[in-house]
Amino acid sequence: MMRASALLPVLLATFAAAAPGVTSASDRARVPGASFATILPPAPDAKVATVPAFELDRTPVTNAQFAAFVAANPRWRRDRVARVFADSAYLQHWSSATQPGRGTGNQPVTQVSWFAAKAYCEAQGARLPSWHEWEWVAAASATQRDARQDPAWRQTILDWYARPASSALPDVGTSEANVYGIRDVHGLVWEWVLDLGSMMVSGDNREQGDPDLAKFCGSGALSLEQKDNYAMLMRIATLSSMKATYTSKTMGFRCAAGPE
Amino acid sequence: MKRMAALLLAFLFAVDVVAKESDPPESIYQLDARLTDQSGNARGLDVYRDTRVLITMFYGSCQATCPLIIDTLRSTERGLSPEQRAKLRVLMISFDPERDTPRALAEIAATRRIDTTRWTLATADAETVRSIAALLDVQYRRLPSGEFSHTAVITVLSPGGEIEARSTKLGRADPELLEHLRR
Repeated sequence: MMRASALLPVLLATFAAAAPGVTSASDRARVPGASFATILPPAPDAKVATVPAFELDRTPVTNAQFAAFVAANPRWRRDRVARVFADSAYLQHWSSATQPGRGTGNQPVTQVSWFAAKAYCEAQGARLPSWHEWEWVAAASATQRDARQDPAWRQTILDWYARPASSALPDVGTSEANVYGIRDVHGLVWEWVLDLGSMMVSGDNREQGDPDLAKFCGSGALSLEQKDNYAMLMRIATLSSMKATYTSKTMGFRCAAGPE
Repeated sequence: MKRMAALLLAFLFAVDVVAKESDPPESIYQLDARLTDQSGNARGLDVYRDTRVLITMFYGSCQATCPLIIDTLRSTERGLSPEQRAKLRVLMISFDPERDTPRALAEIAATRRIDTTRWTLATADAETVRSIAALLDVQYRRLPSGEFSHTAVITVLSPGGEIEARSTKLGRADPELLEHLRR
């Protein structure tokens, strides 16, 4: 059993290399629904988030997969993309408008905007995961669904965030799988989420004298919980600093399926 | 006959390409968005293409700030000359496709005495709403209660769909926005 699960990512990677961009449901792992204490409260008076069961890509989307998408959807080529959907650094690290750099096919695609990531997932009949879905999967270790109180696991994750970014990204699928069989949630790239526009903690909002009156309807700005959970706070800070057109050398994504 | 069909296809394709290339690079009208207005008509995001438009996002069941958005839009219109006002349009897009059906939107338009020859209230599916909000840099979250927490932003779009100016001031017309619209 151990052998088989260790072999799976290798097989998947081989498959992805042979048929780039082909994503079938079997590339996604099923995550049962859950209610959990979230770092980003769904409402000012609610500290528990509930996510229905969903499926999530086992690994981040690769350069080869994204190249297949670009070939089928030329409006997402770097030389044709509308500036309103992606900044000028979009896919600039590729060899050409259609080809990733040699040997980078199995690396996670980065320098893609939220709009491009969203369009990719929609082209697969999927969507980006919500923050809460991503957060819940990120709470899992190899053995536990919620390992957030495990000091050893927490330290492993923090060590990655403390490590300087190396020039070349590793291939996807090389890190240890979590309890769902999902890999690279930590330790590889930042990832876009569907509800990017819900982070509600941007500096702009905090600068407002009275956000409740000045800018918000319904309720005020959401505050963050679990202030000692640095790894998750860094994720939120990074996401909330990104606009949907921005691209970054360390921002990739994966797709999810199922009702939001 | 085959030749004719091929020619027709080539023609249609060319028209399609021309239409897309006519959008300025920064035009948000490049989003392939399907809206439904208060009369139930299918519209694009470019309801008011070729006219300057104030575009904003809201939800109909909001009790607090959202009525203020309509007041602010009105106040902005009143700050313009009749000629300037006649050339301006207003597009309000709902966050709430579940409750803001065309019928509900029509009711808001009637209750608030909105002139739907110059203003459009529209709804779109959740995915489209996300993309429009991202283009307009509007933050929002659906709360467990079914309410929405969101930033109130009024954006001025050029006739080609480019963002010219934006304001987060509510209540009275934003003087800076007015100054821009008078130019």
